[in-house]
Amino acid sequence: MVSTEQSCWFIRKVICWRAVASIAWAVLLLPPITLVFVIISKFSFLHPIQTISECLYLLTSASGIFSFILLCGVILIVGFLHLEYYTVIPTIACSKIALLGQLLHPRHFINSLVHCFMGVIVAWCCAVTMGLRYETLGYPCTESDGHPQMCLNEYHLILLLAGAFVGFSHSLLGVIYNMNYVSFHTVQQYKYLRFKRCLPLVVKCSATQALYSVRNYIVMYLFLGYIPRAWICKTLNLHLDSSVHPLDSIAGLLDLSLLYHLWSSATFLLLTWNITLLLFRIFVTEVYSFPVQSSFTEDSHQCLPKVLTEKQPMILKFLALQDLALLSQHSPSRRCEVFSLSQPGGHPHNWNAISKECLSLLTDLTQRLVAYHDTVATNGRAKSLSSGSERKTSSETSVTSGTEDLMSPRPVFLMKTPASVFARSVAGTPQSPLTSLFTPDLDSPFASPALRRLTAPVDQCSPWYGTVQSPHIMRRAPKLWSTSTDSQVNGSPTPSPASVPSPKPEPSKPSFLAQFLQNRKEQLPEASSQALFADSQAHIWALEGLSYLVQASFSEDQFGVVQTTLPSILSCMLVLQEAVDRHFKLPHASSKPVRSTSSMGDSTYKTLRFALRATLKTAIYRITTTFGDHLNAVQISAEHRKRLQQFLEYKE
Amino acid sequence: KLHSRTESSSKAAFLDHSETLWMRMTCKHTNSPVIDAFAVPKWLSMSSGCILALLRWVSSFHGSLFPHLTLSSEDMIAEFSQVLNWSDCVVRAFAWHPHTDKFAVALLDDSIKIYNPKSATTPTLKHRLQRSVAAVQWKPLCASALAVACQNCLLVWHVDPCSLSTRPSSGCAQVLSHPGHSPVTSIAWSPSGSLLLSASPMDSTMMVWDVAAESCVPLQRVGGGGVSFLSWSPDGSHVLASTPSALFRVWETRMWTCERWPCVKGRCQSGCWSPDGSRLLFTVQGEMVIYALTFTDAPGQLSHSGPQAAAVVADLSETTFSTPDGDIVVGGEIQSLVWDPRGERLAVLLKGDPQAADRPAIIAVFKTRANPIFELLPCGFVQGEAGAEPRLMQFHPNFQHGALLTVCWSNGRITHVPFYFVSAGVPHFGLSGSPLLPHPQQRPADFVNQSLFTEFLS
Repeated sequence: MVSTEQSCWFIRKVICWRAVASIAWAVLLLPPITLVFVIISKFSFLHPIQTISECLYLLTSASGIFSFILLCGVILIVGFLHLEYYTVIPTIACSKIALLGQLLHPRHFINSLVHCFMGVIVAWCCAVTMGLRYETLGYPCTESDGHPQMCLNEYHLILLLAGAFVGFSHSLLGVIYNMNYVSFHTVQQYKYLRFKRCLPLVVKCSATQALYSVRNYIVMYLFLGYIPRAWICKTLNLHLDSSVHPLDSIAGLLDLSLLYHLWSSATFLLLTWNITLLLFRIFVTEVYSFPVQSSFTEDSHQCLPKVLTEKQPMILKFLALQDLALLSQHSPSRRCEVFSLSQPGGHPHNWNAISKECLSLLTDLTQRLVAYHDTVATNGRAKSLSSGSERKTSSETSVTSGTEDLMSPRPVFLMKTPASVFARSVAGTPQSPLTSLFTPDLDSPFASPALRRLTAPVDQCSPWYGTVQSPHIMRRAPKLWSTSTDSQVNGSPTPSPASVPSPKPEPSKPSFLAQFLQNRKEQLPEASSQALFADSQAHIWALEGLSYLVQASFSEDQFGVVQTTLPSILSCMLVLQEAVDRHFKLPHASSKPVRSTSSMGDSTYKTLRFALRATLKTAIYRITTTFGDHLNAVQISAEHRKRLQQFLEYKE
Repeated sequence: KLHSRTESSSKAAFLDHSETLWMRMTCKHTNSPVIDAFAVPKWLSMSSGCILALLRWVSSFHGSLFPHLTLSSEDMIAEFSQVLNWSDCVVRAFAWHPHTDKFAVALLDDSIKIYNPKSATTPTLKHRLQRSVAAVQWKPLCASALAVACQNCLLVWHVDPCSLSTRPSSGCAQVLSHPGHSPVTSIAWSPSGSLLLSASPMDSTMMVWDVAAESCVPLQRVGGGGVSFLSWSPDGSHVLASTPSALFRVWETRMWTCERWPCVKGRCQSGCWSPDGSRLLFTVQGEMVIYALTFTDAPGQLSHSGPQAAAVVADLSETTFSTPDGDIVVGGEIQSLVWDPRGERLAVLLKGDPQAADRPAIIAVFKTRANPIFELLPCGFVQGEAGAEPRLMQFHPNFQHGALLTVCWSNGRITHVPFYFVSAGVPHFGLSGSPLLPHPQQRPADFVNQSLFTEFLS
């Protein structure tokens, strides 16, 4: 595990323990689930009592206990993989190509292989517990000439392969539906209640997903089943029993009991894994209460103002922001600490640190939106600001360039990158040839111009460093692939090698393959908007925290520490409001995503931009409603004052 | 003019199409002669008949536990709505905007009108899903969002206050629905404007909606058979959720845990919170008293040191008053309670008896005093024109000079009844203050302020 070296106290002390607790619960839940599975798979209506006694006997037998231990091991590994792969910022593929790149990324590929292997183990356990004809791989049979030999039990094989298939497809779907994304809930509930509420959903998801997987698997086995069968026979020196029908025929697969057993074991497999995932999500997203200030200096790095500014573990930043939003709403005593002055000196360090961090988050989002809008404006249409790959690249550059001063001008980017799954894999290793194959770098035709533009300023420094985005600087970047081929023909983009030296000279006429890829790239228009707002949960909390604190300061802030920052808070929010409004005027930005309910993937990130828009408006109204006409005394620019007046009159 | 059913009369020509594909298929199959030709195996018909009988038995048992489940959805809304005689009421729902002087009125023809004294346009909201509106409420800390509880779903309209359009398109409405969650009879926005609660007497879960994301978190507790009425305390810390059976719950909104409050006699009909959220007044169906619950502790520890029992704060048993027109009997069961935002006036809508002429529905107004002990002092009655009975009432959320009670009458009029008083001081009664009214309304025969402020001593 690469991340252990750089892990901070929070990962060690909190996240790891939460993960351990979730895994422990998952293991504890395993016996009842197994029992239900055994009963379901062996139940016969004719002899109910006999079934139950058989099941109990089976669970206490040596093979039952051994397979149970194996299952526990699988749960442990699954839980560990969740801890390793989880992210609080989803990786959104803006095009089909990017999605393919994600799927083939070695890190995910290894994950898929591990899942595949674990699927086989679970399937083997299922086979052992179900008994009957599934129990062993080989059985003694007699050849036609009466010679005894070992024959292949194809039922066992089909079950094992089903496990592998379901495990593999589960992990692939996990990448597609961002199953490793951990979302935070707006409604706080106790863990038990949350689990109880989600359990029926998880069971339903697992059952339906198992149904589809088994269907796909059956089709695949029908056509390709002879390959693994022949291979197993050859390697293990087993024979095919000529008296038994081969299963890769329509007649062989239309065995209802076989289908039922396949489906029930697939459901069992997915259910145990999904429950582990659910428990992990519930435990990790639990509210953590950070102290606002500590009387001991050695604990000061664990205090809220300090923790908020941390860049590294994204989960820490998110939990800190969540705690800030909650404390600003619910706890007057902790708010009081935020507004307090430092003992020697009398500086409002807590408030300054908190407000500064929140404002920088919001400013960052504003800049991102403005830059995106400029990109769209120059190209005349929305280009895929491939956030997933953009993050990858930027994190790579930042990691590889390590401690160089390049980092300092762009703290913003660093902040939003590190939780990307890819960042961790490449951390420390300077872009290995393997990873660079799959992560679109700047030179490749896969990288969109927006991406190049956004990453190029690392060298140029100016557009991202300056507060105002100058579209002219951005426009100087080469636009070889910026638009589709037609705009290249009419020669509007003129590459200027002076500005960015890195891009290789591209072929003047794109090949057919490149055109094809180009077309594939344009396919997910809404994704770019989703990608822009992928980490907006942080902004939502920052907005809530700030606005509630400002509201509370009206009556609770004894020293007036908030008043000094009120103009900057207001102007920051108003600028963001303007940028968000402009963004929602773009095509596709305000189209609602399709709701998918029957999947374990969390699709909260798809609606984050709407949540952000609503929260932003509410936050401004919260301040204007609280302060009312007092806001006329606040020093802000005339334009903002006009805007604010709209809010004061409830006309927004 | 009265808004009656005339506009929607064309609706009757079309059948409501709510069958699912499966239902239509089965329907088709049972009707088609081809299928009849194939004899269904006898055991199959037998066993399915048995299963159907069993299901029917279970549902009837469920229905006998919770009799309200057998009502049709219109009847159910009428039963659980805060409006008196909802089904024939011209104004079905009314909501003041929490911050500005505008209000929304839901009418009998399922349209909603928004009146704003500062603008010449009165937008009319219509949507094909907007049927049997039971409640409307504006989103706090927002200028435009209006939540509407409809028969099958929840609508959230976004009405741009600067827009000149009188008919906002149905694209301005977000549709929030959840299977099994209908009819929606009560909604409540959180005072911070972030969450929306919705409740249906058919569904034992209460939905917490994140409106922007259109996602919901169901909160379920066993018992009660549904949730009929919701009221969010003004400080946002508690929510009253009453059920159709003799039980109500008080939710604490930080971790969403709840406290059960079984009632002796009937269901909790109505309730209201004091402005600081520390006191809950509620009434129980079948009883003629107002109860109070006091929450003194910090949120989060509700269940540990909350109140043990509700205290009776007012007895509204029937009393006879002699007026110039003859004796009238006032008192009895309570339809709804509202408390003004300053916590100084409490208006109680008494059901009366529609059959008896001397027992009209009437609004009784109380002065409330929290110190040194909480008490309700009778203050007066609000009566309408002859023949008009009050159906619905609400206090203006920020009336500068005291309290402003808006009453919707059975004849379709809406009147504003001002109460002028200096906060925490002696109220100044009388009609002399009426010219100061800040809300000239566009409605016909506008300002009917015929209230009798008969102060009586008890």
